[in-house]
Amino acid sequence: MRHILRQRELLTDEWRYLGEETADADPLIVPLAQLRSDPLQWQRRSGALGARLGPADAVEELGPLLPRLALVALEFPNPGEGRGYSQARLLRGRFAFRGELRAFGAGVRQDQAFLLARCGFDSLEPPPGTDLEALRRALTRYSVAYQPGSAQVELRQQRFGALGRRADESFCR
Amino acid sequence: MYRYDELDQALVDQRVAEFRDQVRRHLAGELSEEEFRPLRLRNGLYIQRHAPMLRIAIPYGLLSSQQLRTLARITRRYDRGYGHFTTRQNLQLNWPALADVPDILAELAGVQMHAIQTSGNCVRNVTADHMAGIAPDEIDDPRPYCEIIRQWATLHPEFSYLPRKFKIAVTGSAEDRAASEVHDIGLQLRRGAKGEIGFTVRVGGGLGRAPAIGQVIREWLPLPELLAYLEAILRVYNLHGRRDNIHKARIKVLVKALGTERFRAEVEREWQAGREHAAQLSAAELERVRGFFRPHAYESLADCDTSSAREPAFHAWYRYNTRPHRMPGYRAVLVSLKAHGAVPGDMTAVQMEGVADLATRVSFGLVRSTHTQNLLLADVPQRLMHEVWRELAALGLATPNIGTLTDMIACPGLDFCSLANAGTISVARQIQERFDDLDYLYDLGEIEVKMSGCMNACGHHHVGHIGILGVDKHGEEWYQISLGGSANGFTALGEVIGPSVAQHEVALTLERIVETYRELREEGERFIDTVRRVGITPFRERAYATHPAAA
Repeated sequence: MRHILRQRELLTDEWRYLGEETADADPLIVPLAQLRSDPLQWQRRSGALGARLGPADAVEELGPLLPRLALVALEFPNPGEGRGYSQARLLRGRFAFRGELRAFGAGVRQDQAFLLARCGFDSLEPPPGTDLEALRRALTRYSVAYQPGSAQVELRQQRFGALGRRADESFCR
Repeated sequence: MYRYDELDQALVDQRVAEFRDQVRRHLAGELSEEEFRPLRLRNGLYIQRHAPMLRIAIPYGLLSSQQLRTLARITRRYDRGYGHFTTRQNLQLNWPALADVPDILAELAGVQMHAIQTSGNCVRNVTADHMAGIAPDEIDDPRPYCEIIRQWATLHPEFSYLPRKFKIAVTGSAEDRAASEVHDIGLQLRRGAKGEIGFTVRVGGGLGRAPAIGQVIREWLPLPELLAYLEAILRVYNLHGRRDNIHKARIKVLVKALGTERFRAEVEREWQAGREHAAQLSAAELERVRGFFRPHAYESLADCDTSSAREPAFHAWYRYNTRPHRMPGYRAVLVSLKAHGAVPGDMTAVQMEGVADLATRVSFGLVRSTHTQNLLLADVPQRLMHEVWRELAALGLATPNIGTLTDMIACPGLDFCSLANAGTISVARQIQERFDDLDYLYDLGEIEVKMSGCMNACGHHHVGHIGILGVDKHGEEWYQISLGGSANGFTALGEVIGPSVAQHEVALTLERIVETYRELREEGERFIDTVRRVGITPFRERAYATHPAAA
């Protein structure tokens, strides 16, 4: 059983990754390459569909599939990996993705949590054994920020605004 | 200078609390050294040869007297009573204890300072021309823009884990005193036809292993687009910069790989597509920040004649260590951290306190650090020059050598730095000893010597008129000499003159080089101009005349 932090709640993950034991009605996360090779096959499933991207994957490639996806999971194989932050900002901003945006992998730690949430991740799947309470607490380490960002993190004060709120309405202030 | 508001203060306070907890977890064994490393680096903390090294940010080199006094107190309480000013206008402590660092950061936060992002793969301290706001040739004061960029880059959610470090410099004058062409991004202030402010944007400059001069990707960027455009550059770099090889991870490698044109096209596309969601610089915010950098309440003074002073030493100091000021009756005073026999850039707590007091009395309570590892009192009334000279001399800070050969830049080298291949401090001393005659130095005129203890080029050796690079040769410290580098307006990378020389021969080799110059120079010709005119061959021939490696 996998535990995650979603919208600041500690939950048991109902999603399955492709390759894990799964029933047809289970929500399923499929790697980008498989999704793209036969999109229709995956869309026929009765359960919810999610995509999984590695750091080198271009989020643009999700484009036509995005409306069908309830979740996008971006991998952080180590704490120094930074591409996922940009991928997330693109998905939430330019691509107006409003589903669950998940960060997973060994790089998802309490010291990254605040930044991840500010980039629009609303779900964090840290490596097994992580203290999820500490992860949750880390989301409130800062009460202020300079940059515009996701409303996943409540801030007392924030400096620079952004013009557009289009798809970010529920996320970005 | 900029003063923190509630947001700024809360952010540094919360950063201290976060780091205190990270240190606690590390010392409790909850964070391994490998896990702790990127976290401590983002707070300026290296683990060096003898002890941790803490790099304290001095944003665009501007310090208040109170801040300088606090730095002095910190070096006394937590270190060995001195600090080292760097080429990026920061201050390094060489001997703090890891467990004390959270307390040091808390003391810094108490005077609106921090060590955030002075290391690690993130946006580093934003640097500027040390003559900002007072230079007669200035287009606009770069510091408000530096401060805005500092804030925008601090704990940036998207750009805190870049492929590699990222350095931004802003220059506001025709003469580039900030070495902006050797930064990851160099912004040169411009004025449009209607007096509006904009920037010429250069990308991909840098020293280190593969030195490169920044390429212009936009001749004119209107000021309101500044943050959106920076975001576009950083996003292209964050997504596409190499992460597989630390030596190929700087943005200059990406710019080279894509070619300037394609890189520019990528940035422009990203800028247009991302503008709506990018950070916006509002007119109100711009005015708020600009308000902190308005000209001081200068007295209405006439220029003074200082020639009546008796001491020749004063005249030498005045000539070499002071600079013209935009306001009549004022002058800028360089505080030389290049005393012969001292480590370039080092300053004791006593000296810091002395300069802080002096600044309070004669220069609006402000001090600047320069990228050449000196300090500057920017706004000194000319009538006080003699008094300021005497006080600085008493502190050992009036060596009249600014701009001369012994005003050299040097990184801390092998004595402190765990990356270094060779020492720099002993070589600096050797050079100071050999060139101890001021009249000889003055005859040589303007010569920039820059020395690094390894390829990482913290001492900017590539852009020294004379560059010295320490190399490891079978466990021995050797030094490669290059000539013809420059970072002031006409950026050029130096050319290596030949095989490296042994440690004890560095100063001798320099002497042969400058003697060659003395023979070849034309009337009034500077060293660098002679090198450019005649090329390095005559220098090489002379430098190795009796050198075994020449055989």
